[in-house]
Amino acid sequence: MATDSVTRRPRREFLKTVGRTAGGVGLAALAGSARATPEALQSAIRQVTGDSALRRGRVKLSIPPLVENGNSVEISVAVESPMTATDYVKSIHVFTEKNPLPNVISVYLGPRAGRARVTTRTRLADSQKVLAVAEMSDGSYWSDSAEVIVTLAACLEDLI
Amino acid sequence: MAEAIVSVPATAGRGEIIEIKALVRHPMETGFRHTQLGERIPRNIITQFTCTYDGAEILRATLHPAITANPLLVFTTVATNSGELECRWSGDHGFVVTEKAAIVVR
Repeated sequence: MATDSVTRRPRREFLKTVGRTAGGVGLAALAGSARATPEALQSAIRQVTGDSALRRGRVKLSIPPLVENGNSVEISVAVESPMTATDYVKSIHVFTEKNPLPNVISVYLGPRAGRARVTTRTRLADSQKVLAVAEMSDGSYWSDSAEVIVTLAACLEDLI
Repeated sequence: MAEAIVSVPATAGRGEIIEIKALVRHPMETGFRHTQLGERIPRNIITQFTCTYDGAEILRATLHPAITANPLLVFTTVATNSGELECRWSGDHGFVVTEKAAIVVR
């Protein structure tokens, strides 16, 4: 087997290593171009919650588990709250895991809403986890998440 | 289609929780798409939505590119007295649209 003059390792091994590294870099660059990373999602949530603990419960995120077209997915968030002047939901935030940006919408409401329930339509770039966070008037944060399978993703690159 | 639609029940009982549907015409161009020539299409989205009831804010929202074209928002409020609901959408390139809806409280 031929040996590389510089590394003194078999050339085949050397080429394998180089190939792996280049491939890895290429994949990482691709992933960085149009996908939010788990870190971006975590930091987006952090921006809302600060240092407070995020607990599961009280929030109900309704989204179809399987959608054919990611261009328009109806999403609804309902929060268990009496919505009185002293105990109400201050804000509701929705995040996605794999869209180019983690944030979807932030809604600020108050006791005048009567009921803490908001519906909108979102784009999903891929099958992924969708997460809803609610901020209560007492300063606590609650969340719910759902996995969605998207058979035809919202188009990011191609223009019709 | 009108620029925007705000749908509320025409009449409501005092203290009743009513549903408001707000829809506006807008492409919500994400800024992540490219033309066939590879040029990036600039972002053009609505970033802010507010709804007031007799001048007092009842709901405010920050929108991101993940919201669909022609954004729809459905939410609720307590019908306190006869008056006017005003929804306002604002965003990139100086986009501003306001739409009103009247409600009669018995």
